[in-house]
Amino acid sequence: MSEEKKVGAVLVVGGGIAGMQSSLDLAESGFKVYLLERSPCIGGVMAQLDKTFPTNDCAMCIMAPKLVATGRHPNIELITNTEIENLEGEPGNFKVTLAKHPRRVSAEKCTGCGVCAQECPVEAVNEFNEDLLPRSAVHINYPQAVPLTFIIDKTACIGCGICEKMCKANAIEYDQAEEEQDIYVGSIILALGFDEFNPEIKKEYGYGIYPNVVSSIEFERLLSATGPTGGMVLRPSDYDIPKKVAFIQCVGSRDQQCDKSYCSAVCCMYSIKEAIIAKEHTEGLDCHIFYMDIRTYGKEFEDYYNRAQDEYKIGFTRSRPASIREDPKTRNLIISYIENSEPKEEEFDMVILSVGIDAPKDAVRLSEKLGIELNEHNFAATKKFFPLSTSKEGIFVCGAFSSPKDIPDTVAQASAAASKASAMVSTERGTMITKREIIPEKDVRLEGPRIGVFICHCGINIGGVVRVPEVVEYARTLPNVAYAEHNLYTCSQDTQEKIKEKVKEQNLNRVIVASCTPRTHEPLFQATVSEAGLNPYLFEMANIRDQCSWVHMHEPDSATEKAKDLVRMAVAKARLLEPLKMATLGINRSALVIGGGISGMTAALGFAKQGYKAYLVEKTLELGGNLRHLRYSGTQEDPQKELASLIKLVEENENIEIFKSAEILSIEGYVGNFKSRILSENMEHEIEHGVVVVATGALEYEPTEYMYGKDGRIITQLELEQLLAEDKINPKNVIMIQCVGSRGEKVPYCSRICCTTAIKNALQIKEHEPDAKVYVLYRDIRTYGFREDFYDKALEEGITFLRFDVDSKPKVEVASGRLKVTVKEPLIDENIDFNPDFVVLSVAQVPDPNNEDLSKSLKVPLSKDGFFLEAHMKLRPVDFATEGVFLCGSAHSPKFIDESISQAEAVVSRACTILSKDYLEAEGVISIVNSDICSGCETCILVCPFDAIDKDDKGKAKVNELLCKGCGACVAACRAGAIQQRCFTDEQILSVIRSAFQEVST
Amino acid sequence: MPDFEPRILAFACNWCSYAGADLAGISRMQYPPNLRIIRVMCSGRVDPVFILDALSKGVDGVLVLGCHPGDCHYISGNLMTERKMRWTKELIEKTGVDPRRLRLEWISASEGERFANTAKEFTDLIKKLGSIQKEEKEKIFSELKAAEKVADESRVRILMGKERELVEEGNVYGDKSTQEDFDRLMKDILDDEHVREKILQIAKEKPLSVKEISKRMNMPSQEIGKHVMWLRHKGKIALHGIKKRSPLYKTVEVPY
Repeated sequence: MSEEKKVGAVLVVGGGIAGMQSSLDLAESGFKVYLLERSPCIGGVMAQLDKTFPTNDCAMCIMAPKLVATGRHPNIELITNTEIENLEGEPGNFKVTLAKHPRRVSAEKCTGCGVCAQECPVEAVNEFNEDLLPRSAVHINYPQAVPLTFIIDKTACIGCGICEKMCKANAIEYDQAEEEQDIYVGSIILALGFDEFNPEIKKEYGYGIYPNVVSSIEFERLLSATGPTGGMVLRPSDYDIPKKVAFIQCVGSRDQQCDKSYCSAVCCMYSIKEAIIAKEHTEGLDCHIFYMDIRTYGKEFEDYYNRAQDEYKIGFTRSRPASIREDPKTRNLIISYIENSEPKEEEFDMVILSVGIDAPKDAVRLSEKLGIELNEHNFAATKKFFPLSTSKEGIFVCGAFSSPKDIPDTVAQASAAASKASAMVSTERGTMITKREIIPEKDVRLEGPRIGVFICHCGINIGGVVRVPEVVEYARTLPNVAYAEHNLYTCSQDTQEKIKEKVKEQNLNRVIVASCTPRTHEPLFQATVSEAGLNPYLFEMANIRDQCSWVHMHEPDSATEKAKDLVRMAVAKARLLEPLKMATLGINRSALVIGGGISGMTAALGFAKQGYKAYLVEKTLELGGNLRHLRYSGTQEDPQKELASLIKLVEENENIEIFKSAEILSIEGYVGNFKSRILSENMEHEIEHGVVVVATGALEYEPTEYMYGKDGRIITQLELEQLLAEDKINPKNVIMIQCVGSRGEKVPYCSRICCTTAIKNALQIKEHEPDAKVYVLYRDIRTYGFREDFYDKALEEGITFLRFDVDSKPKVEVASGRLKVTVKEPLIDENIDFNPDFVVLSVAQVPDPNNEDLSKSLKVPLSKDGFFLEAHMKLRPVDFATEGVFLCGSAHSPKFIDESISQAEAVVSRACTILSKDYLEAEGVISIVNSDICSGCETCILVCPFDAIDKDDKGKAKVNELLCKGCGACVAACRAGAIQQRCFTDEQILSVIRSAFQEVST
Repeated sequence: MPDFEPRILAFACNWCSYAGADLAGISRMQYPPNLRIIRVMCSGRVDPVFILDALSKGVDGVLVLGCHPGDCHYISGNLMTERKMRWTKELIEKTGVDPRRLRLEWISASEGERFANTAKEFTDLIKKLGSIQKEEKEKIFSELKAAEKVADESRVRILMGKERELVEEGNVYGDKSTQEDFDRLMKDILDDEHVREKILQIAKEKPLSVKEISKRMNMPSQEIGKHVMWLRHKGKIALHGIKKRSPLYKTVEVPY
């Protein structure tokens, strides 16, 4: 590394869900972030999605808070519509030259009101809605876009100048030119995401020719309530509701013909999701999925697949259709396919092509500029034990750009890359961030309320409908209103100054802004109020745009009256507002990591690299976990060598204290301040730590089926690996049986790793003995992502794959000393007998039975399968709902090495957002208990989703201010009225209700 | 056929054509009595909406009369008129009405004879074309009403108003559009807006499916569907139930 000083800033390239997650983690951990995005706004592909699998959460609803948080974080500099031009310098101190394309709308001045787009005379292809609904030349991609700054699409713009005339904020700047900017960063994260495969290449499916053949992303827009059809599934030829639709899987995946040999890893699940949602949106819809293998390998995926079949009656046909033709009269589509060796045809109203994940279009250009290697598929090349590192030091990768992956794996990797990127410059933490200025707060408690009301015209957005001056006049008549005025844009910088001035001049102690929505603008105004020396909670908003002028555009009278009502309600609340003080607490900057496998060790080492102490607790005598039994990685790397070097790093690190043969006796406390007792080698230790990491791994299922344990030649994959590595056997004829335990009654889920493991070991047998015969008996081969290349190799090497149906599993017998395996081949519908030397069982991965105890002592939940259950399946894959407690590796669900490493690094990143703080600050809006009234009934404890309420020594409820998130559920549940929610007290809410339709009673 | 006496309107600019008409009078030049003259200060004042409105009310032909190029009292009003009338003819053509029912002529204050001749020729032509009400009166009128609405669309008006600037002087970036490019854009916009207006008209009486609308308009349902979605998005048409598997749409009367 260079002698030059390191820079405490990181460049994140790509503003999709991965880039946002990396940025937020880094920014919260004390680093400056430049978030670079090619397109005009952040959000990526996830913003286009309707729902997400397997929980069917609304994509925008769960993503919007992250969008807003990224957009307004003081340590994140959003640089949109910009590309990388050049890279110089060394890891730790890179100079990156950026090419900023002109937006032609000033980011500082644009308020996002959208008047320009309404008036723009030209219509252009709308990339966001996949050409299903046009947009104007001046536009934003979607209403929740961040930054909420419009952009002029120069290719469509005719330069008529009307938007400039209409923009009251003077934000249109036609003369903006290309700009160059140099930034200095310590490390770089590439979160480029992916591009969709262009299905026009698969000519046999007629995409682009037959209107009723659509791509899965177009179908996603058809399902979306904000999409072109308002969420109604309509077929493009005649906009009728289809009766019968088909999904064709693997379009641009697992297809050598179009040079996409890999599996795109997400299409099976998203197609099942789209089929389910389509059925929910459309009465009597018949959905059919044509597939090669169903790859529902992730957490709770198999259950989703089963429900699709059993509850939603979605049809599944194992076949890759040969072609589609159209009935020109009905425009229906006839799919030709082969099922059970028989050619068949079936007619559908509409066909959805499940398009695969392509490398990002920019990948090649960018890899040349940055000097990183790509793999043969043009994705970033990574190594199994270093899944986040590119070939160039200081440049990291996450998300789909390293291999196709779903949202939770992407989010985990995004956090993980943040951990790697910040570890490089951990000494520079806090050097480049914006420090909050502390302004002395005026004590207003003894003053009567003096309210200032600022009412916004929002250009013509409000003022064009609501008679704003009239509302101002009205506001002046309301009790305790000391001052009222109107502004062209209340959110503009000069108005902020004006508000501060008026607070001083008029001696105001409460401020109301009547304008747009608090969801986007409250933080801005709260900051202004703070700068004016008032507590930020002495602020209230009235939403007279989004919920008034925009929705009553043709009724100015009623809208004006309603605006008055809304202002009156805000006044009613503002009169009762109280300054809130946020509780703060110190942090113990160390981590307890439970489990000494690859995940736990990676996490411990990660903490150490960030400069924090880690206590690593392992229940056995040795570090290494399941990895100790792995002999082959399937790649160049030797697992035992890698493990040994990792153990060495962990054991030699001064920041890591290891407890072996250890048991956790107790864990008490909460985020920032845990106390644990550990029994290790008969000694009891008491440690204090700020966070807890659960990395307890998973176990191998011990089979009772297929005569396991009754004959030494019937072994598991792990046993096979040991025997092969130690050269104890030289098998010539092997049968491998998949899904032993998995996807059955005992273990309902798919164990994710067994298909790849079986293929890895089958190839190993072939390497030992090229003439050996290996048969893999399977249900679906689930070699997702680039693991598919492995499967291809196995086929090339002559390994035979035979499928069996779940109702006719193979039979294993011993007849006159010989092993006999019988399997019914579904294609020919006949039994085949084998006499192998060995039967190798690919057994399930099962949760540790100790999980239950641990989950109780940490107060964190388990899934119904017995694995630990994270806070949110999609966007918080390594957090628990309980703050300060994290999980990673196979304790979460079965995982490959690289995935466990990613999650472990992710945990480090997430935990650093806590450990790097000087102190923890509670939310302002939280619940408080009046213990004089509390009857100790514990109802509040029961309803609290964050375990933030406990009993004190007197048996009264006590809210932990640091854990309380301020939902107010306990307040509504309290039988005695002993709990109040700050800022939303009973008195405040009742006062608002009473003022809603009548004058405030003073 | 009984003698048909067409009703003809002439818009004449104050400075040239109106004076030209007066000169015809002073000179006692005779021309058919079918013409009614409306005085405007400049032919540039003539809004395409006026012409389409006049036709849809049963006027059989419209003359727009202005100063010769270069003579305009208001420098370039007549040049704007020329461009606007081109697009107005385009719109008239869409309705199925003969675009010759609109004529633009330059008549100076000294061309009394030219005025009288124009009046004669145009009256003859309209007589030959016959009454605008001769067949399918209701249909023609509703077509013209749709065209009038198109002419009143904000995006159409912006472009008509800006055409000369964009083609001759350059846009906000200092680039000039070629006449061809502009014409293509304008034609597309007129086409789209016309189809949308027609859809709104057709779906006004009763809720219809995309297929039914496209059948009536004799256009592919795929195209009509896109427009219906756009109109729905803009709140101009609303979902009004489902018949079998076809969603029915109805024009929104009171915008809400």
